[in-house]
Amino acid sequence: MAAGPSKHLLAELATRPGHNTQVDKLIRWSCISAALLFLAILLIAPLMTVLSSAFSKGLGVYLETFKDGDTLAAIRLTLLTAAIVVPLNTIFGVAAAWAIAKFEFAGKSMLITFIDLPIAVSPVVSGLVYVMLFGTQGWFGLWLLDHNINILFAVPGIVLATMFVTFPYVARELIPLMQQLGNDEEEAAITMGAGGFMTFFRVTLPKIRWGLIYGVILTNSRAMGEFGAVSVVSGHIRGLTNTMPLHIEILYNEYNFVGAFAVASLLTVLALITLIIKTLVEWRGYRRR
Amino acid sequence: MSRERSVLPGFGLTVGYTTFFLSAVVLLPLTAMIIKASNIDHAAFFKLLLNPEVVASYKISFGTSFLAAIINSIFGFLIAWTLTRYDFAGRKFLDALIDLPFALPTAVSGIALTAVFAQDTWLGSHLAAMGIKVVYTWVGITVALTLIGMPFVVRAVQPALAEVQRDIEDAAETLGAGRFTIFRRIIFPTILPSLLTGFAMAFARGIGEYGSVVFISGNLPMKTEITPLLIVKRLEEYKYVDAAALGCIMLGMSFVMLLSINLLQAWSRRRLFVGKRR
Repeated sequence: MAAGPSKHLLAELATRPGHNTQVDKLIRWSCISAALLFLAILLIAPLMTVLSSAFSKGLGVYLETFKDGDTLAAIRLTLLTAAIVVPLNTIFGVAAAWAIAKFEFAGKSMLITFIDLPIAVSPVVSGLVYVMLFGTQGWFGLWLLDHNINILFAVPGIVLATMFVTFPYVARELIPLMQQLGNDEEEAAITMGAGGFMTFFRVTLPKIRWGLIYGVILTNSRAMGEFGAVSVVSGHIRGLTNTMPLHIEILYNEYNFVGAFAVASLLTVLALITLIIKTLVEWRGYRRR
Repeated sequence: MSRERSVLPGFGLTVGYTTFFLSAVVLLPLTAMIIKASNIDHAAFFKLLLNPEVVASYKISFGTSFLAAIINSIFGFLIAWTLTRYDFAGRKFLDALIDLPFALPTAVSGIALTAVFAQDTWLGSHLAAMGIKVVYTWVGITVALTLIGMPFVVRAVQPALAEVQRDIEDAAETLGAGRFTIFRRIIFPTILPSLLTGFAMAFARGIGEYGSVVFISGNLPMKTEITPLLIVKRLEEYKYVDAAALGCIMLGMSFVMLLSINLLQAWSRRRLFVGKRR
């Protein structure tokens, strides 16, 4: 988030000759109203619609959605997926950032490109690649069938697809941050006899904590909300392989709009909490690089 | 792999772990898809990719993504300008809200936009009266992609606008430049690389987007089917090779976009930091 104009700069500008004229005021007013109108239609209206549709038949009907076993199963599966994916990708992100920021080695820029790749790939393709690996026509398909192991259209497939789409978030946040912070303090700690893990936890981690939190909440937000990739590998089995976003689709296609928007309202609250934490981290002085 | 001497530990561990995890989660599945697609010969491959339904989906995906990225370049610049140059009540709140499309699950954006623009709502009925049908048309797809791409442009342009040096603007003004000249000769050239970066990011995201589009598009064959949807459709028909071939095309486009974005970012970094005391 970039800082806005400083108050004293604006005050100073207003006193200059040729400034703060009728034309300036008109331009200022038009810019602000056009920006507000655009954001009102694109952001505020959908937010309000989620809430008003969820509660359109009253609190009772809203709460009814969450007594349904399939809805609860979807919520549980989403929480389970995030609980597996977020820690694994966090560990990966920290390891990748340490490797890339602290050492020079051949193939480093290629490694960075490959880590970034899942962000650029369509979510549908992210799911598709696992079908090619674990589907009955895929590489391991027949072997898995023989051994009675379900990956596709089961929880492991959902976890893997989610892992793929959220793969780069922590690493992308930490790599530029750690590169900028440099190695001096870590080298000093090692030279004075601290072990590798002690150096990481006592020297590096305190320096990168806000960046790490930032990466983790982005990972979590995407993991809980992913639709396309998970949709391809899930098989849409009610109560078994439906995450919250997939459950929204099912309820919506059954014309159960209150139910769909009720589940959507939970994810909306999650998105707002994510934004609040993100903003707080930025107010702490953390700047994305 | 060679490396420079360093006292820091963990080289083998972290590089090894990173490479292993990356290969297992990302590279192996991608390879599986590419090999699956290469099972058919060239003629069949091109026939598959040039089939009318597929070509129609490229037109829709590219057309709507391009249009949405253009809209976002205009309004994204305007929003970034408003947030960095003016102070008004609610500015910080609005600034925080810009990232909402990143944080909001795409399925939620999809059903919410469909509800906002449906013909029985205030907005939808007024647009319908003007002859603009949004839901289940390419207009709806464009609206969804505009929502999804908006933060990319705003967040790319904002830091660049903040870097425009006021003293250069002041100097231009004392030399007699008017508002428009200052904008055209100083502000616009400074932010252009960032604006293009934002445009490319929004465009790339639009081409791959699925969740927010499928609800508002109605998925009518030849009319509102985007390419990612076609992959899902082929999978549901058990045409795995077709799906893999389409997946490879989309992967190739992602690579091209990623490369262009990296080049644009390098350009904007050079443009911004030239002659700065840093």
